[in-house]
Amino acid sequence: MPNPKRRHSKQRTSTRRAHDALKGQSLSECPNCHERKLPHRACPKCGHYKQREVLDVEEAS
Amino acid sequence: MRHKVAGAKLGRTTSHRRSLFRNMVTSIIVEERIETTVPKAKAVRPIVEKMITLGKRGDLAARRQALSYLMTREAVNKLFDTIGPRFGDRNGGYLRITRIGWQKGDGAEKAFIELLGSEKLQEEKKQKRAETRAKRAAEAKKAMEEAEAQQAAAAEEAKEDKEK
Repeated sequence: MPNPKRRHSKQRTSTRRAHDALKGQSLSECPNCHERKLPHRACPKCGHYKQREVLDVEEAS
Repeated sequence: MRHKVAGAKLGRTTSHRRSLFRNMVTSIIVEERIETTVPKAKAVRPIVEKMITLGKRGDLAARRQALSYLMTREAVNKLFDTIGPRFGDRNGGYLRITRIGWQKGDGAEKAFIELLGSEKLQEEKKQKRAETRAKRAAEAKKAMEEAEAQQAAAAEEAKEDKEK
């Protein structure tokens, strides 16, 4: 079985990983409460989606 | 090619899946809105739409077909008496799926699946829920106050006994 001949330096490892960073979620603005929310989902803050579709969040708070 | 159109299996056996779908379709017709996971909502949508098409046809054969799938007679009656006529001028797309966040425990994405035009009913249901909640809260408060009063009385008695 092939095996590594030499140990990789820390720099080599971290340079390779320089491009592996995760990107943040792209968010959209809730037209009702102007919080940032995930697109195509009801807003967890105010419970609105497309001007209605109300979750019970409002009552609980 | 009819690749990938067999429908979701949802990790269930055939009979389990059939029961699940029948239950869900019946509930959607009776309640107009249910909360479930996104894959389940997507899987039942075509079945519900086919049922509504039966409801629009409205003949005896259609009624018997619906009876053979839906779990309760009440659901069949509602399908043919109110839901069928309601969607008379619409060709499909009778349901709306709204993503509403994630389930605690396994992180599955949840959604409402509801019949279009059920907003009024949902509003009424919401009101009813709020009323029962208020009633229950009032009862709990009353019970707590009574218990407190009793405790106070007991403490008083104990004190008096001691003084004697």
